[in-house]
Amino acid sequence: MTTDRTTGTSAGTDADAVLRIDHVSRAFGDRLAVDDVSLEVRAGQVVGLLGPNGAGKTTLLSMVSGLRTPDTGTVRVLGLDPRRPAHRAAIGVTPQETGLPESLTAAEVVRFVADHHTDPLPVHEALDRFGVADLADRRCGGLSGGQQRRLACALALVGRPALVLLDEPTTGLDVDARHALWEGIRAHRDEGVAVLLTSHHLEEVEQLSDRVAVMAGGRVLVDDALERVLGRVDVDRLSWTGTAGRVADLEGVVDVQVDGDEVVVLARDADLVVRELAAGAATFRRLRVRGASLEDAFTHLTAA
Amino acid sequence: MSTTAPRRVGAARRSAPAVRVALAHTRLAVLEAVREPIVVVSTVAFPALVLLCFVVPQRAVAEDPSAATAAAGQIALFSIVSVCLFTYGAGIAEDRKRPFDTFARSLPAGPGPQLVARVVTGVVLSALGLVPVVLISALLTDATVPLTRLPLVGLALLACGIPFLVLGFAIGYSLRPKAALAMAQVVLFPLAFLGGLFVPPETFPSWLDAASQATPTRAARDLVVAVMSGGDVDLRWPLVLVLWTAAAGAVTVWAFRRDEGRRFH
Repeated sequence: MTTDRTTGTSAGTDADAVLRIDHVSRAFGDRLAVDDVSLEVRAGQVVGLLGPNGAGKTTLLSMVSGLRTPDTGTVRVLGLDPRRPAHRAAIGVTPQETGLPESLTAAEVVRFVADHHTDPLPVHEALDRFGVADLADRRCGGLSGGQQRRLACALALVGRPALVLLDEPTTGLDVDARHALWEGIRAHRDEGVAVLLTSHHLEEVEQLSDRVAVMAGGRVLVDDALERVLGRVDVDRLSWTGTAGRVADLEGVVDVQVDGDEVVVLARDADLVVRELAAGAATFRRLRVRGASLEDAFTHLTAA
Repeated sequence: MSTTAPRRVGAARRSAPAVRVALAHTRLAVLEAVREPIVVVSTVAFPALVLLCFVVPQRAVAEDPSAATAAAGQIALFSIVSVCLFTYGAGIAEDRKRPFDTFARSLPAGPGPQLVARVVTGVVLSALGLVPVVLISALLTDATVPLTRLPLVGLALLACGIPFLVLGFAIGYSLRPKAALAMAQVVLFPLAFLGGLFVPPETFPSWLDAASQATPTRAARDLVVAVMSGGDVDLRWPLVLVLWTAAAGAVTVWAFRRDEGRRFH
């Protein structure tokens, strides 16, 4: 350990953090998009940032990537403010979906980004890490969605960043493309890159992340090891047409939503709810039971 | 500072040399422009068509060396003004909407390299548009410019492009793409006509001529024609150009800040 740890750091902070978000808030008009968020990502760590649409994830990432300034609080990457262009050399960002210039080839776009850095990966190697080296001379407009996504990741990593921000990296990809992309991300993590990843896919977060932060309404509700978070969202989703009856009072029921005569219930013990329904706890037809989606989990965590 | 970078990223964090970054932006912008066939065709074909339709058939103009030379200068200038207003006006408005533009802002570079890239793209496209004008004027009309004057003419055209470049910036940063395209057209044609780029200003009635004198197109036209034919340069011309540049520059700065404020603060 070569770090000269500063004395008196507050509990939970880590002097090795590549990214340190410290009590950051950001409002648009009178809407608070990010509300007093603190978060750290260390070298070689992948943190999954989860949350429903509108939770504030994108706003938070835009402050980390230097596009926006926090109203209060600080964002530091390797100790430096990412609002200064030179400091962003340590950060790799993926362009949004379909955000690549159509008439340029994959290699031209990678080279464009590489030219911003002092010691970039060779263009071909950056493409190769995500399995798209054979597409180097193809124009971006002619690439499939999966190919564009992999190219986008190559763009984020070509500058050998210390921190990579991946916003929904595999949305809309088929299974093979997704696994190829995960391979590439893991390889970089193992080399010491810190990764902050947003996703809607529970599986993706499970595959890649060591730590998970769940955001809703601009706040971080949970920031914990992956297993611990999964433990907290281990619920099933029951839905039926009818009434809610006295289901809300049953043990293990964490959320009940009624919309007209459509009832949606999140419960730790689906069997118990089904038995009670059969025993007359509520009127129901078209009963369905399935594992809770992440979306449901957010609802649950928000309610908890 | 108490940070320890991971081994492989332990190198000092600096952005790449500004020249390389500016070159990267320029290469990207030029490649994109050149690969958009519509841009190239309209840039190259439009001034050529104007010359072929309005100048070459009028033998009185085409066979009079001084009139033909002035006509060539006017069309050359028109080509540059049109590139500036469309490439910058419509192009910047379009770019501001692109997700890739937002991505590029997250790269370690300020707004400088992008500005350089835009200017160079404009110069390249303008040069491209001048090729047919020079060829047609030389081959099909009696326009003549002494070879030794050509560099000076090029320089004059380039300098005269500046106010229109800034005008393009003002349009591009203050309007949405569709409005910017319409505005570029609305500004281009009256300015070109009033400035005497289509019809020689010597034929204007006096009230029209007075209005014409205030336009940047007229000042630029007179300057370019004077340089081509070796005439005297009136100091009012550069003054008019500087004033328009300053006014459009003020609008650009205001619009750029407003845009940044709306999207990125």
